[in-house]
Amino acid sequence: MARISLKVNGKSLVIDAEPDMPLLYALRNDLRLNGPKFGCGLAQCGACTVIMDGNAIRSCVTPMSAVQNKPVTTLEGLGSTKKMHKIQQAFVDEQAAQCGYCINGMIMSSKALLDKNPKPTDSQIREALAGNLCRCGTHIRILRAVKRASGQLV
Amino acid sequence: MKTTELNRRQFLKTTGALIIGFNLFPPSSVSAQSMVEPAADADPKELDSWLAIAPDGTVTVYSGKVDLGTGVETALAQIVAEELDVPFNKVHMVSLDTAKAIDQGITAGSRTIERAGPQLRQAAAAARQELLKLASQRLGSPVESLSVTNGVVSAGAKQVTYAQLIGGKKFNAKIPVSGTGWNMKVAPDVRAKNFKDYKVVGTSQKRVEVPPKMTGEFVYVHDVRVPGMLHGRVVRPPTITSKPGSVDESSVKNIPGFVKVVQEGSFLGVVCTTEWAAIKAAKALKVTWTQPQTKMPAGPDEVFAYLKDTKSLRDQVTVNRGDPEAALSKAGKTYEATYRWPFQMHGMMGPSCAVADVSKDRVTIYSGTQGSFETRTAVAEMLNLPEKNVRLLWREASGSYGRMGADDVSEDAVLLSRAVGKPVRVQWMRADEHGWEPKGPAQLDIVRAGVDDQGKIIAWNFADRGFPLTAALGRGLRLLASRQIGMKPTSDGNSNGTQGGGEMYTFENQKCAAPLIPWVQADETPLRTGYLRAPGDIARCFASESLMDEIAADQKIDPVQFRMRYLGANKRGADALTAVVKQARWQERPSPATVSTETKAIGRGVAISNRADTICGAVAEVEVDKSTGEVSVKRFVLSHDCGLVINPDGLKNQIEGNIIQGVSRALMEEVKFDSTGIKSLDWSTYPVIRFPKIPEIEIVLINRPEMPALGGGEPSSAPIAAAIANAIFDATGVRLREAPFTPERVLAGLKKM
Repeated sequence: MARISLKVNGKSLVIDAEPDMPLLYALRNDLRLNGPKFGCGLAQCGACTVIMDGNAIRSCVTPMSAVQNKPVTTLEGLGSTKKMHKIQQAFVDEQAAQCGYCINGMIMSSKALLDKNPKPTDSQIREALAGNLCRCGTHIRILRAVKRASGQLV
Repeated sequence: MKTTELNRRQFLKTTGALIIGFNLFPPSSVSAQSMVEPAADADPKELDSWLAIAPDGTVTVYSGKVDLGTGVETALAQIVAEELDVPFNKVHMVSLDTAKAIDQGITAGSRTIERAGPQLRQAAAAARQELLKLASQRLGSPVESLSVTNGVVSAGAKQVTYAQLIGGKKFNAKIPVSGTGWNMKVAPDVRAKNFKDYKVVGTSQKRVEVPPKMTGEFVYVHDVRVPGMLHGRVVRPPTITSKPGSVDESSVKNIPGFVKVVQEGSFLGVVCTTEWAAIKAAKALKVTWTQPQTKMPAGPDEVFAYLKDTKSLRDQVTVNRGDPEAALSKAGKTYEATYRWPFQMHGMMGPSCAVADVSKDRVTIYSGTQGSFETRTAVAEMLNLPEKNVRLLWREASGSYGRMGADDVSEDAVLLSRAVGKPVRVQWMRADEHGWEPKGPAQLDIVRAGVDDQGKIIAWNFADRGFPLTAALGRGLRLLASRQIGMKPTSDGNSNGTQGGGEMYTFENQKCAAPLIPWVQADETPLRTGYLRAPGDIARCFASESLMDEIAADQKIDPVQFRMRYLGANKRGADALTAVVKQARWQERPSPATVSTETKAIGRGVAISNRADTICGAVAEVEVDKSTGEVSVKRFVLSHDCGLVINPDGLKNQIEGNIIQGVSRALMEEVKFDSTGIKSLDWSTYPVIRFPKIPEIEIVLINRPEMPALGGGEPSSAPIAAAIANAIFDATGVRLREAPFTPERVLAGLKKM
């Protein structure tokens, strides 16, 4: 066990955790943040995506030892149903979900993209989300939602 | 592995019991406690079993149907709101609880809107009738003089609300009900609204559960936590459920948080206080597996040879007209082709997960099963308990496409919980899910046809040789853990469907059959079979619609015109085909296109399908890179006729999903295996479609409000692969008769030309 300090959604926290435990389990089980999901544990699907230091990372393979003193943002850190972030609202407006299990990763990867590139082209969005799998086939709506969030929907 | 104690206590304080943090539907039945409240099943003859009206006018519906991510809860709420004349946002569908819901049958087969829709509509119509009776007394006006708008009953200037009439009270009214499950007939004599008066049905209501899914507030089954809950993981061998010969507990007992290794028959699992400890223990546990009785096939060739040469259990003949064999012998020209469809996966994004609490003779389960009452029965049988002692609280899981029709993980959680006497949450790891989910089975389709001297098809003999579905809830079948503890199936499996073999067309001599080849083994293998979206139809449609295309091409006739000749009696089929080619701006000409010398060849293909009376027309436009063999679907157009449309945008969402998943299955998906086990154990060894390959999609909804509403969850999967195969032929002249249409197969085809 080690004491690990980190900042999650703006709040400073100390978590007692085994250093090899992936961040995902601390977020879900210790902090009860259900946004990030377990999909594969292999950094292959993107369901567990969070933003750390401005980058979309896979929390399922990021050990606690690597998050010491780092700022982490989860889906909950963007907004809530009472006050949605514009990306979340765009996903609702486009009805860009079916089961929604992958959506955490879609929104967090989109957030990281739009922070760096506020007006991405269609192919830039596709590339940015290429590492996020969706099995229900909601891709077209997700693409439209990201366009909408970036103010580009005509 | 926890937050500081202070933080945790604060958290407990602020969130109450730390259980279900958020519930979408406030007046729901969710009590979230681990204690069972045994109750008699809800009686569908009691109107109060179906719905309740709260003092604030909110309508709560106790549906026995669940939403698998397809939006049916929203569509069912629209049906209830319409029939009751209340605003859509006043209707709340309660998450299924077997102690309170009506058993409307398993949620599967795109049958929810078709079957449960009319059941709820009639219950709502019966409730409206009762409300009008009460209003008539209250207002002193005859029922015929009353009108209802937004839950307010009016007789001239006099008004009374539903809430004032019955809010918080029971109807105490009986309604006539016959039959059970999908076939239940509810209050059939109550007159429902004429479709011409619909205001809510037929409109694109936004899905009620989408906002909390976007913020992390939605509680999936994976997010359920109950007090005192431990974490379990299952340990399964990569090949077959052989027995764990020796288990070395010392290999894991030093893992902090380790509680127990659980072994029962061939079932093996670990329980720990934390999820990470359980994951580590399952990985570290040293096990020697015994030699299994059943052998895995060495590869697809062995499977297809077995399918070809093995006597069927039953032939499932759906069309038998004239004498196809005699007609074939007299035909001017005959065609014969064999098509292969591989084992494919559901590939849920979220692996199976359940929480079970077994205490003495009571069981509570949180599950994302498609069959809540069926899981209840399976668990009751497994533990030899009365059904009333088992309570299942349904929570949405990952999109399952049929996979949760075999709710394996609930049994796992029950066995682990029983062994430790505490609630246990089990989630499968990715390799568990890929390895042990029931697969959509391989199919070998043999099609023979003959034409007369004018090129008219006079003989059609279609045989879809496939496996029964051996891993499903109910009907004498057993799930994984049941089988591992020694329970035997008493059935040889369910049908993998029969449609798609050319029965949309009328030929003078025609036979369509789907012989089932035995597939129950002594030990369960990872090639266990289950319902996979549009079960069996994709392969059958691929075979029948490919041969139609092959004959049209040989006869040098435009493939749309060729199909139309045999759709005379099938008006909806012809309409769907006409609609899709119009939207696609189809150019009439025979296939293949004039094959260009460019590296990239362009082509288009067509196919039609009928699954469960929902008719689709499909046109695929592809680009084939002849240097690499890579196929890209650039544009996909689909027409869809499922009768009355309840929620047009919700339906389009489903159709888009079917097209995208269908393109993925057609181009990329095949479960790899050999005699040592499954080789597709993650997303790199079982690739699925990604954003860069997503085609443009255009959908034409053919709304038939005068018809009943039919299903839209899966029928549009059926024609996708066929249309793509035909487009590849059009582009290149290469006829692919085995899916998926990989670059290797395309290159091999090009080489032969």
